[in-house]
Amino acid sequence: MKAQDTLLYLDGVSVSFDGFRAINNLSLVLQAGEMRAIIGPNGAGKTTMMDIITGKTKPDAGDVYFNGEVDLTRHDEAEIALLGIGRKFQKPTVFESHTVEDNLVLALSGPRSAFSALFHKQSANEAERIEDILYTIRLNGKRDWLAANLSHGQKQWLEIGMLLAQDPKLLLVDEPVAGMTDAETAETAKLLREIAKTRSVLVVEHDMHFVRELDAKVTCLHEGSVLAEGSLDFVSNDQRVIEVYLGR
Amino acid sequence: MITQWFFTHVDRRGGIAIALLVAIAFLVPLSNLLLPETSPLHIPTYLVSLIGKYLTYALLAVALDLVWGFCGILSLGHGAFFALGGYAMGMYLMRQIGPRGVYADPVLPDFMVFLNWKELPWFWHGFDNFWFAALMVVLVPGALAFGFGWLAFRSRVTGVYLSIITQALTYALLLAFFRNDMGFGGNNGLTDFKDILGFNIQAGTTRSMLFAATALFLALAVFVSSFIIRSKLGKVLVGVRDAESRMRFLGYRVDRYKLFVWTISAMMAGIAGALYVPQVGIINPSEFEPANSIEAVIWVAVGGRGTIIGPIIGAVLVNFGKTYFTAAFPEIWLFALGALFIIVTLFLPKGILGLYGSWKTKLADHAARKKDSAPPPVAAENVHLPEPQAAE
Repeated sequence: MKAQDTLLYLDGVSVSFDGFRAINNLSLVLQAGEMRAIIGPNGAGKTTMMDIITGKTKPDAGDVYFNGEVDLTRHDEAEIALLGIGRKFQKPTVFESHTVEDNLVLALSGPRSAFSALFHKQSANEAERIEDILYTIRLNGKRDWLAANLSHGQKQWLEIGMLLAQDPKLLLVDEPVAGMTDAETAETAKLLREIAKTRSVLVVEHDMHFVRELDAKVTCLHEGSVLAEGSLDFVSNDQRVIEVYLGR
Repeated sequence: MITQWFFTHVDRRGGIAIALLVAIAFLVPLSNLLLPETSPLHIPTYLVSLIGKYLTYALLAVALDLVWGFCGILSLGHGAFFALGGYAMGMYLMRQIGPRGVYADPVLPDFMVFLNWKELPWFWHGFDNFWFAALMVVLVPGALAFGFGWLAFRSRVTGVYLSIITQALTYALLLAFFRNDMGFGGNNGLTDFKDILGFNIQAGTTRSMLFAATALFLALAVFVSSFIIRSKLGKVLVGVRDAESRMRFLGYRVDRYKLFVWTISAMMAGIAGALYVPQVGIINPSEFEPANSIEAVIWVAVGGRGTIIGPIIGAVLVNFGKTYFTAAFPEIWLFALGALFIIVTLFLPKGILGLYGSWKTKLADHAARKKDSAPPPVAAENVHLPEPQAAE
């Protein structure tokens, strides 16, 4: 496959930390508009892969292309974010001493220079977008709350809202339902499916029930490379996947 | 119109502080100059200078709070910017002495004649002009902070490592300024000033005017800080303080934001130093002592970091304490200072202003419970701020 026709293209990517090969000759392709679930045991390299895509970690070898033409290994985190890749962390990371609304204001796509921020005035359009997102993430009643006072699930949602505010082409979502109740998990799956209608989404998740609800193509990672790829049923029937991950 | 513009950028507490500072900028000099010495409201000149000195410390504390309280950059070397501003002002004051020095050289300051120097070093040129010196008061600390910050923030030096190199910065400057051949008066520094802008620096009127200028600059610093903090840039800074990498993944160039606020803060510290020197009458390398910078951190912690106003209260109270203790019980001052820092860290993590805030919340909470036994509303103003992360 050629990189040109893809949204995200990883080919032969490797990275080691102190001799440990976290990612080993990993190749993965994501089409525009696709939703993909990544599963795999602990230490399979799921989070490291996200670090490489978002510029936090530079690979030792291999190609990482975005939109078919942008070499992500040549850009840093801020530049990659501005190219249109948003990331949600495993541990919900919101700005706790800011209100829910201010968290979204900070995430909202727009100029990022210090000078424009100093004299920034909120436009009607921006206010409207924030309103929409607050509604989408079901936090419109809590806009003045400090993010610190939200429940764990609400923080996860706020972070997803911040991703939406960034208006990215690709969302990387790391374990979005960790610590959520069943009802919240179902709602989150619904929300992500909704988001995936207009953007590409890459979800890392352990919860197989949730992965099934996402109804997406699944990639199983193991020891830094792809073990199996296909529909959830295909992957979960793969003998090696059962051995290393799902258990017998 | 102007008041409306003012209040969109300053909260109520900041507005009160600015009003008070402007008021004392006028009232203290008036009391000193116009009231007879017998009046109970007369403020003697020595006290005017003493409070003026405290207010320059307060200005340094506000500058430090801007980077530490709001952006999480714990500088243990802010005294360096203060001292550089002070030296720039001191150089102007030295040039104003003219032929009235002990050696009566029309151009060279006394210490240069003493060292057998024949002409003025190049970097002393221009300092006979007040406005050139005033420009240097902000430019020199600003340029140093910019260069230092550019290197440190781009290489992502943070936390305790950054604190240590700020400490090294001020220590290096201390050693450099001690050397006679640096051309800044070495050990003795710059002193024996006569005039500022043509006015006798010892005169009561001049002292009152210096006091007024200090109070007004402090008010301006409160306004500038509030303006920055209440802008979107201020929200970005707090975001950097609480979750720096999150900010990067949102697409913000964190290093540039830090560099901006760091440079502004250094310039404020420079102005504080420039106002300090004419009021105490001397600047010498001991102002670069790392201990001075650490004391400034204590003022901010005692007053309440991340509050803009708290550091002013902290700086004035701690220095009142210092003046009193070093006179009454000189041997225990350092112990008292150490104990104060421990007590504040343990029991008042948000400083005096934070204590006041939580006390007010408690009272409101109590009143609400008394009124009807319904649970207190969970509105934003009733909610406790999360504890600030310890200086990492």
